[in-house]
Amino acid sequence: MTKQRDSATEHIVIIGNGIAGITCAREVRKKSAKRITVISGESEFFFSRTALMYVYMGHMKFDHIQPYEDNFWRKNRIELVQAWVKQIDPAAKKVELQNGTAISYDKLVIATGSQPNKTGVTGEQLKGVLGMYSKQDLEHLEELTGGCKHAVIVGGGLIGIELAEMLHSRKIGVTFIVRENGFWGSILPPEEAALINRHIREHGIDLRLATTVTDIAGDAAGRVSSVVTNTGERIDCQVVGLTTGVSPNIGVIENSGIHARKGVLVNTFLETNIKDIYAIGDCAEQTSAIGLRKPVEAVWYTGRIMGETLANTLCGERSEYAPGHWFNSAKFFDIEYQTYGWVFARPLEYEAQFFWQHPDGKKSLRFSFHRNTRKFLGVVSLGIRLRQEFFNAFLDQDHSIDTVIRYLRKANFDPEFYERHETVIQAAFKSKHQLHAQQV
Amino acid sequence: MSEHYQNLSLANPEANELSGSQKLFLALGLTGLFILVLALVNVQFPYKAIWLLASIALILVGVIGYSRASYKSLPGIHNNGVFFKSMSGRGVWAWSLGVVLTALYVFLYWLPGYLGLGQDGAGNTGLVGFFDPLSYFLNGHAATQWFVYGTLYTLAILAFGYKFILKYRHNKYQVIRTISVMFFQLALAFLLPEILTKLNPTVPYFSKDIKNMWPLNYYFFEDWHLTAMLKGGNLGKWMLYFGLAMIFIGSPILTYFFGKRWYCSWVCGCGGLAETAGDPFRQLSSKKLSAWKFERWSVHFVLVFVVLMTIAVLYTFLSSDANSGFITREIFTWGMVILLSAIIATIWIFKRKSLDKDARYTMVSLGVIVVGTMVLNFSMNATNIFFIDSNLLRSVYGFLIGAAFSGVVGVGFYPLMGSRVWCRFGCPMAAILGLQQKLFSRFRITTNAGQCISCGNCSTYCEMGIDVRAYAQKGENIVRSSCVGCGICAAVCPRGVLKLENGDRSTRFEQDPIQINRDGISVID
Repeated sequence: MTKQRDSATEHIVIIGNGIAGITCAREVRKKSAKRITVISGESEFFFSRTALMYVYMGHMKFDHIQPYEDNFWRKNRIELVQAWVKQIDPAAKKVELQNGTAISYDKLVIATGSQPNKTGVTGEQLKGVLGMYSKQDLEHLEELTGGCKHAVIVGGGLIGIELAEMLHSRKIGVTFIVRENGFWGSILPPEEAALINRHIREHGIDLRLATTVTDIAGDAAGRVSSVVTNTGERIDCQVVGLTTGVSPNIGVIENSGIHARKGVLVNTFLETNIKDIYAIGDCAEQTSAIGLRKPVEAVWYTGRIMGETLANTLCGERSEYAPGHWFNSAKFFDIEYQTYGWVFARPLEYEAQFFWQHPDGKKSLRFSFHRNTRKFLGVVSLGIRLRQEFFNAFLDQDHSIDTVIRYLRKANFDPEFYERHETVIQAAFKSKHQLHAQQV
Repeated sequence: MSEHYQNLSLANPEANELSGSQKLFLALGLTGLFILVLALVNVQFPYKAIWLLASIALILVGVIGYSRASYKSLPGIHNNGVFFKSMSGRGVWAWSLGVVLTALYVFLYWLPGYLGLGQDGAGNTGLVGFFDPLSYFLNGHAATQWFVYGTLYTLAILAFGYKFILKYRHNKYQVIRTISVMFFQLALAFLLPEILTKLNPTVPYFSKDIKNMWPLNYYFFEDWHLTAMLKGGNLGKWMLYFGLAMIFIGSPILTYFFGKRWYCSWVCGCGGLAETAGDPFRQLSSKKLSAWKFERWSVHFVLVFVVLMTIAVLYTFLSSDANSGFITREIFTWGMVILLSAIIATIWIFKRKSLDKDARYTMVSLGVIVVGTMVLNFSMNATNIFFIDSNLLRSVYGFLIGAAFSGVVGVGFYPLMGSRVWCRFGCPMAAILGLQQKLFSRFRITTNAGQCISCGNCSTYCEMGIDVRAYAQKGENIVRSSCVGCGICAAVCPRGVLKLENGDRSTRFEQDPIQINRDGISVID
C-alpha cells in the first residue's frame, strides 16, 4: 500500500513536540515544502520543558514558556496532532494512535524524550510520589501542593535541585536526600559540590548527603506520609519527588522491530535500523559513543542540534550528527553554572586541573588541561558568566591553558560593572602551574 | 489547557501572605498616604508643614521598611509569585490602582480645582494647599498641582528606587543605573528647577529641567516658551542653547556610544518612574507580533506629529516676530527643507537595508509630502506652513499626546499594560533615539551562542515588549530600536545568555556562528 511519493510532497511525521522534534520540524519547513505532522499527547503546543519550574514558581504563566505564538504553526504549515501514540507499524508505514486513528508517514522521526527513573523502593506507587518531567507532572504537583507542609526529594541532580527550589518558593519545607557525598557528585568536582551544598543549606533546605531512602510509607488512604532513610530515620512528608535521573521514553517502539538498548539505537546519521525511521533527542542512543560523550544525551542543546542535523538529512543532504564541543549550563538556586569542553569530577589520568574560588564562597572557576602538553581541555564556572564563543575558538584551535589564562579577560560575559577576577586568577594560576610562554 | 493554567495562576494564596513587619510598614506607608487623602478632602491641619513632612516621611519609611522585609532572602532574582499576586498579576488590586492613577491624571490635567488649586487668584486649598509650605520653601511661590505631582513623582522614584536596588542588589549594573535615575529625578528634574525659580523670581516661566529635551518636552519650541527663554536673562539663554546642543549634538553622540539607554533607562524621568515604581508591572507588556506592529506605527506617528507641530509653531512664531533679529521665515523654511531632505537622503543612501520595506516607503513618502507642503505653503505666502492652524495642531498634540497619552494612559495603565506604555507606543524622544540606536549605534545585546533554553524569562520581563527569546534562541544579537537597555533580560536569564554591550559596529548584526557547532555553519530563521 505504500506508494513512493516524490520527495517534495512526502509526509514527515514527528512523534514528540519537545525541542528536538520541533527544531527538526521548523528546520524541515525552512528548507522544504514537505508535509509535516507533529504528534504529542503531552501538550497542544511546543513549550520549553526546562521552564516548567518557573510556571510553578509564578515567574511566568504557561503561555510565556511557549516560544511561538499559537498561530505560528498554522502559518508555517506544521500540522499538530494532540494524541498519544499506541504503536508504530513500519511495514505499513503507519503510526497508530491511542484514540484509534492512524497516521501514514513517508519518513518518521521519533523524538519522544525521557521519562523519570523509578528507584524500586517500596511505596513508589503511593499518591503524592511523583517525578518532575512533563507538563502532567507539573499539574500533578500543583494538585498535591495544597495540603503539603513538607516534601522529600530523592536524588541529587538537576531536576532534584529545581524541584527543591520550586517547593521552597511555595514555602514548603524540603528535605533533599542525595546518595553521593555532594550535590550532583557524578558531574561536579568536590569543591564545586561543596560550594553548592552550602548554598542549598543557606536557603533553608534540609540537605542530607550520603543518604538513601529505604522505604516510602503511606496512610490508610494510600497517600504518602513519610520516608525512611538508610540511617533508620523517618521523615514525615506529604510529597515525595523522585528525581534520580531520567531515561529514554521509548514505549512507542514496542513490537515495531526498531532496535533499542536504553534508547532507540541510531548511527551517527540518527538513522535507526529501519529505513525512513529516525530518532533524535533524549530518546536516541548512539550505537557507539561520540568522543567522550555518553551514548544517551538528555540535554536541551543536543536535542536541538540533533533536530537541525536530521532536518538536513530529511531534506536530501545526508548529515552526520557532529555536536562540536561539549557545553552545558544550569542554575542552582541563585548560582549559575556553565561548562565548556571536558572537566571531569574525578580527573582522568592525563588531566591536570586548576581550581580557583572567590573568598565569598559563591564563585569559582576550574580549568582542565593536559598535564604534559598543557593543551586546554575545558572549564567549569560557578557564579561567573563565560563567553562560549571564546572557549569554542580556543578548543577549536588546540590552544594551551597558558593562552587561555592570558586572555581570560575576554572570556568574561558578566553584566557591566560586575567585579572582575581575572588578575587574581592569573596570579593564582602562575603561582601553582607557572605561565608558559609558548602555545601548543 | 489554558483554562487550567489560569486557575493555576490564581492558586496558592499562601504565597502572598504578608509577614508581621511587612504589615507594619504597609500600615505606616498607608498612613502617610491617608494624610494626603485627608488634605485632599480639605481637613485643616495645624502646622501644615509638619504634617506634610510627616506624610512624606511615613511613605518613605513605609516603602523602605516594606522592601527590607520583602527582600530579606539571599541576593538573587526575586520573581517568585509575580503572576500569583493580585497587584502584579492584573488582579483586583491592579485594576483598582489603575483606576485611581488614571483618575489622578484626569484631575491633574483637566480638573486641578478639585485637587485644591486656587481658581481665579484665590488661595490654594485641599491637597495643593497642603503643599504650599514646601513650595514656598523651594521656589518662593504657592504650590500648583504640578508641584504636588513633581514632589510625589520624585518621592515615588526615590522610595521605589530603593526597593529596586534592594531587589537587584546582586547586580551592579542595576544598582548603578537606579542610583542614576534617582539622582537625575531628585537633582535635575525636581530640586534644581525649583531652586533656580527661587533665585530668578522675575523671569517668566520656562522649563529648567535640562534633561527634559525636545521632543519629549514638546513645548520647547513653542512661541511662549522661546519668548520666555529669550527674555529669561542669562539663565533663559543658557537653557535655550543647552537644549539645542543636547538635541543636535549631545544626544546623537551619547546614543552612538551607549545606545538609547543613556537616556531612557539612566536619565529620563518617565523611564525613571517606569524602572522604579513601575517595576512590579514590567512583565505585563504585550509580546505579541501584533503589538510590535502597532508600536511601530504609533510611536512613529507621534514622532511625525511632533515634528510637524514644532515646525508649524516655529514658522508662526517667526512670522509674527519678524523684527526680533531672529531667523526669518524664509531662512527657516529652506533650512527645514534642507535638513529634512538631508536626513531622509542619508538614511536612504546608507541605511536603506536596515529598514523594513514599510518603513522605507513610509519615510520617503512622508518626506515628500512634508517638504512639498512646506514649499507650496511658503510660496503661497501663507501664515500656516501645513495648511492647518499651528495653534490647533499644538493644542491637539498637547491634549492627545502630551496629556492623554503620556500621563493618563502612560502611567494610569501601568498595572494593566506594563510600565512602558508611553515609552513604547508614544514617546517621540524614544522614537528618535530608537532610530539612531538601530541605525548608528555601538549598542547591542549579545547572545551567548547556544546556551539559550528558550525559557522565556527575558521576553516576559522585557518592559518594552521585545520578544528577546526569539533572538536569543537563534543566537542572534538583539538590535532593536525600542530596547531601552534596562538590562533586566540579562539579569533574569538563568543561563547567562544575554549581555548588554557597546562594541564594534561591524559585528553588531552578526549571528553567532557557534549556535550549531557544525563546521561553523549556522541556520538562520
